[in-house]
Amino acid sequence: MAKRALGINPSTLIGWLSVALVLVLTLGTLLAVFGRAEGASSIGPSDWVAVRFTLLQAGLSAAISVILAVPLARALARRRFMGRGLLIALMGAPFILPVIVAVLGLLAVFGRNGIASTVLVWAGFDPISIYGLGGVLLAHVFFNLPLATRLILQGWLAIPAERFRLAAELGFSCRAVARHLERPMLRAVLPGAFMVVFLICMTSFAVVLVLGGGPRATTVELAIYQAFRFDFDLSKAAQLAGIQFTLGALATVVALRVSAPMSAGSGLDRVVMRWDSSAIWLRVQDSIIMLAAALFLLAPLAAILVAGTGQVFRLPPQVWLSAERSLLVAMAAMTLTVLFSLTMALNVVRLRHRRRLSMTIEAIGYLTLAASPLVIGTGLFILLFPIANPVALALPVTAIVNAVMSLPFALRILKPAIMEVEQTYGSLADSLGLRGTARLRLLILPRIRGPLGFAAGLAAALSMGDLGVIALFAGPDQATLPMQLYRLMSAYRMAEAAGAALLLLILSFALFWMFDKGGRMNADT
Amino acid sequence: MLTLDGLVIQQGDFRLTADFTVPTGDRVAVLGPSGGGKSTLLGAIAGFIRPTRGRILWNGEVLNDKPPGQRPVSILFQENNLFPHMTAEHNIGLGLKPDLKLSESERAQVNAALIRVGLDGLGKRKPAALSGGQQSRVALARMLLRGKPLVLLDEPFAALGPALKNEMLDLVNDLAKETGATVLMVTHNPEDAHRFAPQTILVAEGAALPPQDTDALFANPPKALSQYLGNPNADE
Repeated sequence: MAKRALGINPSTLIGWLSVALVLVLTLGTLLAVFGRAEGASSIGPSDWVAVRFTLLQAGLSAAISVILAVPLARALARRRFMGRGLLIALMGAPFILPVIVAVLGLLAVFGRNGIASTVLVWAGFDPISIYGLGGVLLAHVFFNLPLATRLILQGWLAIPAERFRLAAELGFSCRAVARHLERPMLRAVLPGAFMVVFLICMTSFAVVLVLGGGPRATTVELAIYQAFRFDFDLSKAAQLAGIQFTLGALATVVALRVSAPMSAGSGLDRVVMRWDSSAIWLRVQDSIIMLAAALFLLAPLAAILVAGTGQVFRLPPQVWLSAERSLLVAMAAMTLTVLFSLTMALNVVRLRHRRRLSMTIEAIGYLTLAASPLVIGTGLFILLFPIANPVALALPVTAIVNAVMSLPFALRILKPAIMEVEQTYGSLADSLGLRGTARLRLLILPRIRGPLGFAAGLAAALSMGDLGVIALFAGPDQATLPMQLYRLMSAYRMAEAAGAALLLLILSFALFWMFDKGGRMNADT
Repeated sequence: MLTLDGLVIQQGDFRLTADFTVPTGDRVAVLGPSGGGKSTLLGAIAGFIRPTRGRILWNGEVLNDKPPGQRPVSILFQENNLFPHMTAEHNIGLGLKPDLKLSESERAQVNAALIRVGLDGLGKRKPAALSGGQQSRVALARMLLRGKPLVLLDEPFAALGPALKNEMLDLVNDLAKETGATVLMVTHNPEDAHRFAPQTILVAEGAALPPQDTDALFANPPKALSQYLGNPNADE
């Protein structure tokens, strides 16, 4: 093939700089961490308990999420009903739902004074104890059941419709369809879905920060935070960060081995025509499963809505200030994510005929999927400490770390979009001599507006709701809204916390909606 | 004058050779079974496919290392000849300046081209708001403005009905006469060749043969052509 002559232009350069930045933030911070992890090992027995708990909770969370997701995905795949699209959209919502908000919602439903406990006490049982392993699992399943469902649903929809038609023609029963069509698909899809959830739960921080803790429910991530924040033992934090990285790397290698799927986020609106599952009891069963899932996902949000509505306009000024800070951080992170992912994706597509180079760039873009924000944060602190006051840089550092944490998702959205534009219109553009900046401005940007808006919305919402690096760095006057919310919860100011949670919820979804909508407005096909 | 000098294109098992010239101003049909290499030949001339051996020349100048946009070539593909997010005007304007920063006089040129192809007043419309025939006219207006001396048509009108297709071919004919352009048109329909092209390049069995008089060719078809004409389903 003739070389696509895009030429050297600013976007190419920024693309390479983005690659360098990601490498510094992931591998560079890691080196800094290893450099600092000198001296006698201060890793004690309690830290090995943390390692064990990390693996245990991640394994259980993944197993429960995936097992529950199978019947739910099956129901969604084979039923056609009003509100199906809405339910699938709801399955996507936890992705941009701030973790700390969901945790507060789960506390409102399943906590000691929550609705579920109240009912149990009324019926003569003990109230639920949400803190510890149970609570961590509950929150992780809340977040990852929808994700696992979407991944498995993709598997269902990937079975060609002709096979189901053939099965109907041959008079397959529901059981036979399961044996010949569905189980082989599940065998291929489930290990990947399990590993994706496992990885997410391994680096989960905010959930464990609130619901875990104590000697028996501390993860490595939480231990890093405690070593850093409470003991200011940088050497120990660094050693723990090394352990966390090793675990993450191992899990990633396993995940790649089983070829973990990534949610493409679209194309789930198709319904598989089925002839084997019209039995009334199957319909009832599917309805109950879907209702239960919807209730489980909606109840915590409804609880926040109910408890927070009256509170939002009575929130103290420091909450509004933190909201302002969060909005600034989110906008900065969104801008950086778009800049990084767009320029990297352009380079990946431009160099697609040099397969190895192109795939390496793309792989670097996905590095942060396996990275832990707390490890990055610890490394950055070590790197910045000699030259600047890291605390003064808390907000910029948060924005940059948020930006690279969203990069894999944005890259995953933009690369195929740009690839499609090049494959469809690249020849025409080449023949007209459309290159460099003009090609970007006149061809690529107008044609990827939708995906670009979607990616920007995700990045903004993820940053808005993030409670990770900021917890390491923030001084008293630098709290973002999620950080402020955590402080309110820690101080048991639950009414204000509910108000702040509702505010955070609204802002996160509003940011996402604004950019996503903006990208799709007046879009021509 | 287009010269294909010892041209060999090898893609896996597929191989195509060509060694001939096409005089300036000729209108030539490129005829042959599908999969025979008609599009490959045009792709190589336009710069999308790198020849394995040999040279492509225009008036003695070697084109091999020039990117598509810098060759003296306008090509219309089977589809995707217009950017759907741009108005007809902008699509045409790209033929003058790829960055679309048009001066007043260039905008007047765009307008004149619109009028010439019979789309007066439709310049603000996007392709989706135009009929198939009108979309073809937009692409032809852009071709007209680019003023490249060599025009390659890779079945751009295949999706149009016969009457509309003939209308477009007549328009290409007129435009080519006005600008003195050399035209190579891929077709697998002998009627199109008769109607449009005094000369025909037969592409079959791994070789693109030199242009021959179209009427004479059909009056006394060689084996490859008679096989193709006699059995239209033979794709081998």
